[in-house]
Amino acid sequence: MAADPSVVEVRLESTLKSVEVAEDIVQRVCASVGFDEEDQHKISMAVHESMINAVAHGNKHDASKHVWLRFDLFADRLEVHVRDQGSGFEPEEIPDPLAAENLLRVSGRGIFLIRTFMDEMRIHCVPGSGTEVIMVKRIPQSNTH
Amino acid sequence: MSLKATTRQVDSVTVIDLSGRITLGEGCSQLRELIRSLLAKGHKNLLLNVADVTYIDSSGIGELVSGFTAVSNQGGQLKLLNLTKKVHDLLQITKLLTVFDVHDDEAKAIASFQKSSTGA
Repeated sequence: MAADPSVVEVRLESTLKSVEVAEDIVQRVCASVGFDEEDQHKISMAVHESMINAVAHGNKHDASKHVWLRFDLFADRLEVHVRDQGSGFEPEEIPDPLAAENLLRVSGRGIFLIRTFMDEMRIHCVPGSGTEVIMVKRIPQSNTH
Repeated sequence: MSLKATTRQVDSVTVIDLSGRITLGEGCSQLRELIRSLLAKGHKNLLLNVADVTYIDSSGIGELVSGFTAVSNQGGQLKLLNLTKKVHDLLQITKLLTVFDVHDDEAKAIASFQKSSTGA
C-alpha cells in the first residue's frame, strides 16, 4: 500500500494578493522537495496560472468566496490541488492557443501553460460546489529518498 | 515589486526599458496604459527592452500581444529586445516567436525599424 502523503493546505481569499501568497508557498514547498530551479519555476508558474483562474474566472474576485490550495507530497510526486467556488468550465471549449488563427488572441493560454509545465493535469467540476484543478509533477529519481 | 518602465527616444524609436513583473493586475495595466499613451502622442515605433523583466504570466503575454496589435493597427511596429531565457522559452512554446520581431542587440534593433520604414 502506498504511504500517505505529507499534506500542506491553506484557504485563501479571492484576491490577486492571494496569488502572490500561493507563489511564496509553492516556492518553499518545491525547494524543500529538491526540485531544480527550472522545475520550481514551472511548478510555480502552473500554480500561479491556476490561482488566477480560480480567483478571477472561477470566483470572479468575489470576496465572499475562497480558494483552497493543497500540496500532497508523495515519495515520487508532488500533487497540487487548487479548488474554487465557481461554476466550472470545459477545457475542451478553450480554443487551441497555438492555432494560427488564435495566436493574436489576448487570453486563453493559462490552461495550455499548466499542461505544458506539469506532468499531469486533471479538472474536476462539481456543479454547485466548485472546480478543482489537480496538477502533478514527478520528483526526479535522484531526489527521492 | 510590480512593473517599472522608463522611456527614451533613439532616432525614430521609443525604447521602453521594463523591469519587474508583467502579470494580471497592476503590471498588465501599467503596460497597457503606457503603450496607449505613447500611441496617442504619435510614438508608433516601440522597442520593449525586457532584460529586467523577471516574470511574465499568461495575462502578461496577452498584454504584449494586445500592444503588438494596437501598434500594428496604427501603422507602427512593436518589437522586443533582450529576452531572458524564461521569457524566450515562454514565447517559444506559445509560438509567439513567430509573431514578434525579437532582438538581442539594441543598435541592430533600432536599425531594423529604419529599414522597415524606408521599405529597404
